[in-house]
Amino acid sequence: MSTLRVAVVDADRDRALMIVDGLKGAFDDIDVIVIGDETGLARRIAEARADVVLLDLASPSRDALEQMAAASGSMERPVAMFVDRSDAETTRAAIEAGVSAYVVDGLEKRRIRAIVEMAISRFHAVARLRAELAATREALSERKTIDRAKGLLMKARGLSEEEAYALLRKTAMEKGRKLADIARALIDAAELLR
Amino acid sequence: MSRASIEIGFVPLVDAAPLIVAHEMGFAAEEGLALALVREPSWSNIRDKAALGLYPAAHMLAPMPLAMSLGAGAMQAEVLAPYVLTIGGGAVGVSVALAAEMGLDGPDRFGDARAMGVALLRAAERRPVAIGAPFPQSMHVELLRYWLEGCGGDPDRDVSFQTVPPPLMVEALAAGQIDAFCVGEPWGSLAVERGAARLVLPGAAIWGWAPEKALGVRRDWAEAHPDTLSALLRALFRAGRWLGRPANLATAAELMARPDYLGVASTLIERGLTGALSVDASGAIRRTQRFIGFAGVEASFPWRSQAQWIAARAAPRWGVDPATAHAAAGACFRPDLYRAALKPLAADLPGASSKVEGALESRIGVASAQGALFLGPDRFFDGRAFDPGA
Repeated sequence: MSTLRVAVVDADRDRALMIVDGLKGAFDDIDVIVIGDETGLARRIAEARADVVLLDLASPSRDALEQMAAASGSMERPVAMFVDRSDAETTRAAIEAGVSAYVVDGLEKRRIRAIVEMAISRFHAVARLRAELAATREALSERKTIDRAKGLLMKARGLSEEEAYALLRKTAMEKGRKLADIARALIDAAELLR
Repeated sequence: MSRASIEIGFVPLVDAAPLIVAHEMGFAAEEGLALALVREPSWSNIRDKAALGLYPAAHMLAPMPLAMSLGAGAMQAEVLAPYVLTIGGGAVGVSVALAAEMGLDGPDRFGDARAMGVALLRAAERRPVAIGAPFPQSMHVELLRYWLEGCGGDPDRDVSFQTVPPPLMVEALAAGQIDAFCVGEPWGSLAVERGAARLVLPGAAIWGWAPEKALGVRRDWAEAHPDTLSALLRALFRAGRWLGRPANLATAAELMARPDYLGVASTLIERGLTGALSVDASGAIRRTQRFIGFAGVEASFPWRSQAQWIAARAAPRWGVDPATAHAAAGACFRPDLYRAALKPLAADLPGASSKVEGALESRIGVASAQGALFLGPDRFFDGRAFDPGA
């Protein structure tokens, strides 16, 4: 089989590299290039002579590729979006994951589907990692807020650390609110009273 | 009763105003709807997500529902247009360099379509002229081609067209990738503000009352949820009427300036809403009557003849047989769904569903249920009219 040239168009460099790693790890006969700068995208893709273009749906440059897809005949290498009746599910999964695929006419569908599915899984993996990171950051910042509120209570009411924490917890439970919310309210009020 | 929730995709443009106002000013809520407006960076995303059923309804370029129904472009899906969101609202601009070659330093000819068209074609004899338009299936492409043809040019030979998303139009112009553009506000005004462009025509100078954006809905969704669709059209109609009161436009501009909508300064947005455009770096203001239209039956009625004009113009380029396109156009714009939705609002609806486009020199009363519907003017710059039955 001939070597496939895949262009990954993604301003998100980390994600682009994950896709490159994924593709190179899974397929032997593949060349992958990353296009991060999207000015004059249609020209860059033509110059790269890519067989498959994987494109982030958050990119406004996507519409520029539409012209390549629309211009039949005049193009040396006609490009079409990867849609086909038997693959409606793959297309839907790709769109939901946030990636679109454009392919040069005449490539073997099964090979392309494997590539597109790899890109989908990498987009999902990045989204999951980011969600986890955001959750960790949130937890860390809540932890800090609670520690500050404890400190305020210990100073103002002469409590031990355990007593201060118990008081915050009791208040949160009585009011039916999150511990971090009660802590935040206490800090805000203390700043007003200062 | 819980509110019906609808996810609607939109592209950041002044002509998305009816959707944003319907949501923000509570018209949708009063009709029992919860709208979730999702900003999309490209028309391709709107098309694909609508085709795959991720959006039951979306802000669409007026030719998109027909193009999708006919399968022109990547995704085929039966999409209807039961409501015209916006009339006009775009402008043609040229780079500072092209403006100089067109001899625009002399007396001001802003809005003179014939003079500007001839000047552009003359310049294009001496140098290549690339014109940016937001999407292959758009009114921008149709109006640019109609204009250049009407000025004696051949759009396929004399100029080239490039697809450039609206928010990137300024950069493309500054980078020399394009020399001119046709784009919806506020992106033309932004190009002027950055010193990259001079506006030469409002879209209305080419066709005085051109359908620009439509609400596109999947046929199967429309058929399964007729009451929700009707409620949505009423919410949009009330939003359009609200936008028709000049006193509300400053508020609308403030709402739309927010980062989750357009994310540009409200003063720039206000230019497009009022039709008072600053046309060059000197800050000279030109006011265009009927620059943009949202209000009332006159702006929002989905005339079959509007879709048939698009079909007649675009079918050859879309690779579709003209008779097939004409028939599909008649089935795509849906005045019947519009009438069914607006009856409870006692809006005065026209007797006909199709008309001769571009025939009205001035404002006239037309046959309607209550005899109080006025239309026009709606002329094309070259004085020709489009008779869908001819």
